[in-house]
Amino acid sequence: MKKTKIQKIVWFLFSLAVFVTACSKRDSKTVLEGDAASQAYVAPGEYDEFYAFLSGGFSGQVTAYGLPSGRLLKEIPVLSKYPENGYGYSEETKAMFNTSFGEVPWDDTHHIELSQTNGEFDGRWLFVNGNNTPRIARVDLTTFETVEILEIPDVAGLHCAPFVTENSEYLVSGTRFSVPIPQRDVPIATYKENFEGLINYVGINQETGEMSLDFQIRMPGFNYDLARNGKGKSHGWSFLTTYNSEQAYTLLEVNASQKDKDLLAIVNWKKAEEYVKQGKGKERQTSYYHNLVNERTSIAESKEITTTTILDPADCPDMVYFIPVPKSPHGCDVNPSGDYIVGNGKLSADMSIYSFDKLMAAIEGKDFAGEINGIPVINYESGLHGILKKPGLGPLHTEFDGKGNAYTTFFISSEVVKWDVEKLEILDKQSTFYSPGHLVIPGGETRKPFGKYLVAMNKITKDRYLPTGPELAHSAQLFDISGDKMKLILDFPTKGEPHYAQAIPASKIQPNSKKFYKIEENGHPYAAKGEGQAKVVREGNEVHVYMTAIRSHLAPDNIEGIKMGDEVYFHLTNLEQDWDVPHGFAVQGANNAELLVMPGQTRTLKWEPFKPGVFAFYCTDFCSALHQEMSGYVRVSPKGSDVKLMWGLNNENKDEETLREMLKEQERSQ
Amino acid sequence: MKSFITPRFLMIAAVVLLAGVFLFPLWQITLEAAQFPGGLRLNIWINKFSGDEGGGDIIKNINILNHYIGMKYIEPDSIAELKYFPFIVYGMMTLGLVTVFLNKTWAYATWLIIMSVLGILGVYDFYLWMYDYGHNLDPNAPIKIEGMTYMPPLFGEKDLLNFYVKSYPRMGTIFLTISIVFSFLATWFRKKQQKDARI
Repeated sequence: MKKTKIQKIVWFLFSLAVFVTACSKRDSKTVLEGDAASQAYVAPGEYDEFYAFLSGGFSGQVTAYGLPSGRLLKEIPVLSKYPENGYGYSEETKAMFNTSFGEVPWDDTHHIELSQTNGEFDGRWLFVNGNNTPRIARVDLTTFETVEILEIPDVAGLHCAPFVTENSEYLVSGTRFSVPIPQRDVPIATYKENFEGLINYVGINQETGEMSLDFQIRMPGFNYDLARNGKGKSHGWSFLTTYNSEQAYTLLEVNASQKDKDLLAIVNWKKAEEYVKQGKGKERQTSYYHNLVNERTSIAESKEITTTTILDPADCPDMVYFIPVPKSPHGCDVNPSGDYIVGNGKLSADMSIYSFDKLMAAIEGKDFAGEINGIPVINYESGLHGILKKPGLGPLHTEFDGKGNAYTTFFISSEVVKWDVEKLEILDKQSTFYSPGHLVIPGGETRKPFGKYLVAMNKITKDRYLPTGPELAHSAQLFDISGDKMKLILDFPTKGEPHYAQAIPASKIQPNSKKFYKIEENGHPYAAKGEGQAKVVREGNEVHVYMTAIRSHLAPDNIEGIKMGDEVYFHLTNLEQDWDVPHGFAVQGANNAELLVMPGQTRTLKWEPFKPGVFAFYCTDFCSALHQEMSGYVRVSPKGSDVKLMWGLNNENKDEETLREMLKEQERSQ
Repeated sequence: MKSFITPRFLMIAAVVLLAGVFLFPLWQITLEAAQFPGGLRLNIWINKFSGDEGGGDIIKNINILNHYIGMKYIEPDSIAELKYFPFIVYGMMTLGLVTVFLNKTWAYATWLIIMSVLGILGVYDFYLWMYDYGHNLDPNAPIKIEGMTYMPPLFGEKDLLNFYVKSYPRMGTIFLTISIVFSFLATWFRKKQQKDARI
């Protein structure tokens, strides 16, 4: 049978596809040079040079990796409940998930921001946003524990967050989805009339790190996507990209991609601060939650706040400006000197780089092309430093090496491009596998980058690792950028979907890392700070078990007199005072989770017995040679039975009578 | 020219050096094992125990390890020596000043002898304490090894189950020793002075 022309063409295309695939495959292997392995190799027992903190995206958490080894050091539970250690399930941490929508147990973490002093990372705190139900969380970098979550009211999709100013004065954020403010029942098609945007400024207490929503700026109903704050000479200004200036509310992929240019919002936050001081802000009723861990008790406490201060650019001149940016910009990054602002139009073939000096001159000279809701729009050309011509396709994010170079990820052409910021010249291109989103250079967005490594966080994994079914781990790639050309030295899988990451020299965190909590500083109301204080107290149908853990027993480990219908609270205090001796606690049939309790800490698990019987509980963290013996029983009797409350260890049993004696003894000694 | 090094000066120095036992630990026992990078260090002072800075409650950590093999709990509050040893030192310091005032060979010699005997008794007491601690084991201990006792070495190094134990004097003991040497020198110089005076 003779082949038809079409068949021939199909065969030709097929062969071509196979050839191209084979070539690209070979490329991905051959880019590795001989000594790459040794560059990323950190010998057993040696430490990494940098901590890298990667957001978890849909995991809701943050992970800490070592660089250059790519070793996972810890997953820090932040904005998703974490049954592994009881975060969000224990009585102490439940309140962390309170919002004006009730308990919201999951969120989508995107952008990591480390606190800064003088435009450099100082290693005090880590901030990360929750995209879905807008929140900003703070992690204490001495303990790697989440200590605060602040809800942001009247916004939706807090993607554009939380970007820190150079002395950690503020975290700036903007709404990704404009919504009716205040929320109300209106037709979606009334978007243009009813939907508004907000840019939020969260202040940070320099002593405690505590966050407060200081003011919000009323903005047109666009989608605010990403932001950076100025540094050095541009300190005091924020730059935020917007897309959907078309104000589409359906099929955004088409309808929000019509205009040739969207906008970069430029905010003079020092001016905004003055307006707030002058009382130009308007108080508005709203509702949002502030959840904070009490340092003394280590219990999270929630507070509802019902007012917010709004600044309207129409009443506050010289506070907000716009400048056009080609085609749906995404990333917005400021170089280390604070001179240039890179706007990445993700549908544009070119990149626009703005000059802070020219922007200021244009503002000074009122070089405006018009205004939107009272916000002047600066002439595009007037603020432009220049255009980087055809660097690649789909520019997303840019970081800097401190040597005058910028590195930008290109999602569509799947590469990282190195270019000279001043001269706008392309210096190098390297493929990534595949389609990078964010990238990170240690300190790469600060005034002092450590331009040694670059990590590209890829959105597509495909064939990089052994397959694991349809769902694959996301992939990160480490490049050595110390030379003229970027050199791929390591691939490593990551948890969740890392969006942004920040990396910091280990020396800024390692010396301050806490080893355990001092038992004498434990102010938990249900702590038993010694085995002698272990007890069981009934208050109506609530039973409080003050339990202690020390290698290798729980005290008490026999409990009787629990009745059906009781709510049992196991308050476990870990009495250890040494590094790396956590104890765990699990009880059969617990409908919530388990507990991991660090030395000196108290954590509480609520347990509602399901049926009468005798149930086992045990330590879940292999703590010692006799860990397997670290267990006990709780007896549950039918409602109304006359089994007396009794508890003990090693057959030295106590009951309510001995408890009264214990309490009297305590009173006498006080 | 009159020599600067007089018996009085030497004895004052001996008294000052003796005060060093309050500033530095006398002895140190180090427990080394795979799970304790850098080792667990127990410093024994004239009046207390201490561990490494930031290393946690050393007594608690050692007690936790020791209870598996049935060793007694170390309870600093119930160790009488830690309470009365400081008073002995204060007494000797006062006595030292008295000898300076008297400036007699016999006075210096007496102080030297008392101090040396006390030092030897102190070490012997330490030995007895460690012997009891290492041999007097709880018969209900979770880990029992036939014929095994756990007395740490008084001076030197030794394997004890998974631990390699080192025991050596520290600065406090060195100060104490130098103090005794100085009191000896004071005695000797005073005697020499007297001899020279007679000639």
